[in-house]
Amino acid sequence: MKFVNTPVRKKDAMALVTGKPVYTDDLAPADCLIVKVLRSPHAHAWIKEINTDIAKKIPGIECIFTWKDVPKKRFTMAGQTYPEPSPYDRLILDQRVRYVGDPVAIVAGENDACVDRALKMIKVTYEVLEPVLDFHTAKDNPILVHPEEDWHALCDVGADNKRNLCACGKDEQGDVDAILNECDYVIDQTYHTKANQQAMMETFRAFSYKDVYGRLNMVASTQITFHIRRILSHALDIPKSKIRVVKPRIGGGFGAKQTSLAEVYPAFVTWKTGKPAKMIFTREESQIASTPRHEMEVHVRLGADKSGRIRAIDVHTLSNTGAYGEHGPTTVGLSGHKSIPLYSRVDAFRFTYDVVYTNVMSAGAYRGYGATQGIFAVESAVNELAAKLGIDPVKIREMNMTKEGDLMPAYYGETANSCHLEGCLSQAKKLFGWDDKFPVKDMGNGKMRGVGMALAMQGSSISNVDTASVSIKVNDDGFYSLMIGASDMGTGCDTILAQMVADCMECDLDNIAVYGVDTDVSPYDSGSYASSTTYLTGMAVVKTCESLRKRIMKEGAKLLKCDPEQVDFDGKKVYCLSDPSVFVSLKDLANEAMCANDNALFATESHYSPVSPPPFMVGMAEVEVDMETGKVELIDYVAVVDCGTVVNPNLARVQTEGGLVQGIGMTLYEDVVYSKNGKDYSNSFMQYKLPTRMDIGKIRVEFDSSYEPTGPFGAKSIGEIVINTPAPAIADAIYHATGKRFRSLPITPERIIMEDGK
Amino acid sequence: MTIKFWLNGKQIEDIIPDDILLLDYVRTKGCYSVKRGCETANCGLCTVLVEGKPVLSCSTLAARVNGKHVTTLEGLQKEAEEFGAFLADQGAEQCGFCNPGFIMNVLAMMKELNDPTEEEIREYLAGNLCRCSGFVGQERAIQAYLAKKKEEVSE
Repeated sequence: MKFVNTPVRKKDAMALVTGKPVYTDDLAPADCLIVKVLRSPHAHAWIKEINTDIAKKIPGIECIFTWKDVPKKRFTMAGQTYPEPSPYDRLILDQRVRYVGDPVAIVAGENDACVDRALKMIKVTYEVLEPVLDFHTAKDNPILVHPEEDWHALCDVGADNKRNLCACGKDEQGDVDAILNECDYVIDQTYHTKANQQAMMETFRAFSYKDVYGRLNMVASTQITFHIRRILSHALDIPKSKIRVVKPRIGGGFGAKQTSLAEVYPAFVTWKTGKPAKMIFTREESQIASTPRHEMEVHVRLGADKSGRIRAIDVHTLSNTGAYGEHGPTTVGLSGHKSIPLYSRVDAFRFTYDVVYTNVMSAGAYRGYGATQGIFAVESAVNELAAKLGIDPVKIREMNMTKEGDLMPAYYGETANSCHLEGCLSQAKKLFGWDDKFPVKDMGNGKMRGVGMALAMQGSSISNVDTASVSIKVNDDGFYSLMIGASDMGTGCDTILAQMVADCMECDLDNIAVYGVDTDVSPYDSGSYASSTTYLTGMAVVKTCESLRKRIMKEGAKLLKCDPEQVDFDGKKVYCLSDPSVFVSLKDLANEAMCANDNALFATESHYSPVSPPPFMVGMAEVEVDMETGKVELIDYVAVVDCGTVVNPNLARVQTEGGLVQGIGMTLYEDVVYSKNGKDYSNSFMQYKLPTRMDIGKIRVEFDSSYEPTGPFGAKSIGEIVINTPAPAIADAIYHATGKRFRSLPITPERIIMEDGK
Repeated sequence: MTIKFWLNGKQIEDIIPDDILLLDYVRTKGCYSVKRGCETANCGLCTVLVEGKPVLSCSTLAARVNGKHVTTLEGLQKEAEEFGAFLADQGAEQCGFCNPGFIMNVLAMMKELNDPTEEEIREYLAGNLCRCSGFVGQERAIQAYLAKKKEEVSE
């Protein structure tokens, strides 16, 4: 029986659907101190005085901490491999507050009621400062978000706190300006994507306690279990050896939990008081003091000759990292590096960027991680070019897009060794009925149906950085334990990695027990982000199984009293090659290995990749626009994805559908809106509209799988790419329906009616 | 104040704070399937049945269930397993955090609507948000479940 490429159930599925208590707050000890933070009402202010005397007297209050009480060593909350590209610009609590919602004091008490009361009784005198709220004017603004001398960047990312710069940089090949001058057509436009909330159903949360050895134990809803250990060590200024982090089931992440948002506060309380403590973000806090997608303005110059051959792409991205630099220097890179290479046959490209600090909540990692923003811009520009030339958008892609074997200069010089973009496009076109629907159909009732399309790519892990490991051991009767360091956040990696083990070890899926992340036990894994788990941790599984098979065969040969070179293992038994009737079963071997044995039936292997093979996909959208009200109804969405070998078709399909709907939300509804003073108005699901099942129309997903030679069983990634096509595809569908171009998101009915869309 | 009510068939008499929400209260009684996803009655995660009807326990005072029967997923384990298996067979449970509230409402829908259309299903469940699945897999699971139910009836 083979398990890879079969739609097996997730190993934890039945526990989840029956509502078992497996999430962070279900597991927290009943006597946990409740931890909350007082948040700044000002976008930019200096705390002149803070008085907690009265608040501390409220019955049930255990402790209150202010900026005076916390270590004075700056750190970053970004979950990234050390040394992190994100600047060290945070303190647990700072005397300067930098956005409406920035923590001012930590309060811990016996219950919600006393903590809430204490929060109201803390007296803070602020010197209110002028904020930087427009990210266009942030660079070299006289008002500095981080004027402090101890701000520092560990990596050379072009950061300069004295210029409000979190990062800047450049990548180019060929003479873009000269080629653009030669071009018959140049699209020169600016595209603007807003901050979006990941809005996972389980908000940020963590609890901590001290164990029998006096160590700080943290149970956190996180994608970055190992990074949390380092971040806590930096924030609390305590040795890493004193910290253990465990990840239970997670109620969704989508990148939000790639930043250590909740962990430091209860950890600090437990470290100071020795008592268990938990912090559960409210939805409001998750909306106003979290880590949304970086708002970006992407300026594209795209040049083509008369025939429609794209010759040059010039991209400049201005990214808004907000008050802190988490993921600022890295997300911006993808806006060029994962959009321009869709067209690697260009004669020249240039990609430049600035990432600026402002006084709004810090941005962070959200599925797509900059690629989403860049692809909206570049794919919209290609759609505009098609319209200008009068060429079918499908045709212009067929002429220009990257094909298997192409060198991708704008993608770190990598070659597209696995790329079925052509297959994806032809399948999508057929399934969608593109030729019948393009460009628009008048429904005769005041409604117009338009269609649009886009390509997308992403990566599979961060090349030469991300590190994945797994351990597998043989237990009594020959069942296996698979210990992983990657976080299953609902996507199902515990299961798909077990599927790979089952095929490598030639055993049943039920013969594998999976143990999720515990930093004391699991082998190191950088974490579940950057579309890395299937591709990278999957390869660690393949390597570990190879090692374990060797150990099993060595043990078998010993028992059979023959040369290890002369035996083989078929998953059930080790047998002599010369005489297969001479064998020892895995069950007997495993049991005998527990008596007088010096060969540990245990293997650990690590893996990294020098390349990050892109998955590719095509998305096609059909919308119906009510020309009187501007209401957009999504009629049909077709996506065809090349993620290499599909390890679990069900899970890959649901990933795709979920990503598409998040992309639809970003395109039509979701918007983080600030007042002129920097207060986030979109502070609940009332104001921040997520797509519901009434908003999605028909969604169809298919796969066209290439085979990635460096991936496990030929697999690449799927988690992030799937959010990238809706924005450009739907925007072009709306253009075909209405004749109006929308270069910023979300595209609301009001805008469709009131803007001229030129 | 004192309330007396039935939680998953078991009678409970308890002294409760006047202002405690049903959501927070049933969690203190070990009903951890009941989750909070928002504070504004938008997400459906906290759906429980009061006298057989789905209500949002985040917007219901515990005091309101005095004398009534409250059911959470803990009290419907067999049904949860039965429908949940269809969800699991689509991989549409994903992170699972919204599953209990969603399944409570699906089970309520099954009692209330006979052979619902696709449109009726979407309308009935419109208040159950899910950020992972994009809803499509959930709907495949419902269709497969309905088909099986029909088959059972015709047998």
